Amino acid sequence: MNEIPSTAVAPVSGAAVGDYVQILKPRVMSLVVFTGIVGLALAPGHLHPFLAGVAVLCIAIGAGASGAINMWYDRDIDRVMRRTASRPLPAGRMLPGEALGFGCVLAVGSVAVLGIAVNWVAAELLALTIAFYVLVYTMWLKRRTPQNIVIGGAAGALPPLIGWAAVTGDVGWGGIALFAIIFFWTPPHFWALSLYKADEYAAAGIPMLPVVAGARETKRQMLLYTLVLWPVTAAPWLLGVSGPLYAAGAGGLSLAFTACALRVWRDETERSARQMFAFSLAYLFLIFMLLLVDHAIGPPIGGGR
Amino acid sequence: MMADDPVDGRSRRIRARNLALLLVLLGLVALFYALTIVRMSGS
Repeated sequence: MNEIPSTAVAPVSGAAVGDYVQILKPRVMSLVVFTGIVGLALAPGHLHPFLAGVAVLCIAIGAGASGAINMWYDRDIDRVMRRTASRPLPAGRMLPGEALGFGCVLAVGSVAVLGIAVNWVAAELLALTIAFYVLVYTMWLKRRTPQNIVIGGAAGALPPLIGWAAVTGDVGWGGIALFAIIFFWTPPHFWALSLYKADEYAAAGIPMLPVVAGARETKRQMLLYTLVLWPVTAAPWLLGVSGPLYAAGAGGLSLAFTACALRVWRDETERSARQMFAFSLAYLFLIFMLLLVDHAIGPPIGGGR
Repeated sequence: MMADDPVDGRSRRIRARNLALLLVLLGLVALFYALTIVRMSGS
């Protein structure tokens, strides 16, 4: 009897193009791209518009790569949480190896292209961002400590610094101020979400602050972070990176953000936490939009850029 | 009315994926071509 020799064939999933787009976390990517563009715009110096476009593309793809590797690693807990159960990996539409391979190729590719096209300081910062998000936040901190998003927030805060470094070739104080705004904005933003998703985080075994320390302590820390944001958001104006228009707008927005945190502090229902989460997204967008508009209008009174 | 054949759906998705990959590769070629031009122009 003739036997047909069997050959080992690597399994291929039927994942659609849309699934590959989804594992790049396009919504997170859009905020990363926007803050990166602001870093590029505010940095002193000139970068050819095409190279600036390449830098933004690399920042976007690098952020997407981090998201894909994060989804590969977190596929077990994503299955447990309602918010994430329909993602391509927990839903079974994509094989884990495909997501990991896709993420790694994009990570290496985005860093290499940024280094070749723009400069290697920006490329190293992008590599640091991806490594920090994947190794420090996703693999180390996320499942171990309620301070996961505080320290891990550094990864999400780096894109404007990458944009800044793409233009200047180094890490300036203006770029560090932009980094600090996102870094101190991250805890109240994520804790607002985790206040009304605490049961899902608990079921998945993620020690978010409301799960470990309770809602009261979380609300207290959220309020403190919104107060810290007052001087931090004033830093670009104090450093002469932006003018009085930005300073006035940022002051008003920080006041509104603190008012949100106070409402969350007083409110026992989850309604105010949901509102604060939505406002936190608008807050960061408007702060960076103000920086951009202020920069477009002209140099600050009595200050150099 | 007949339901969509799952085998057909799967091969359609794989075909779309291959096409997307081709477009990405062509995009990379165009990107490096443009990069070379911009770099050579002294920017």
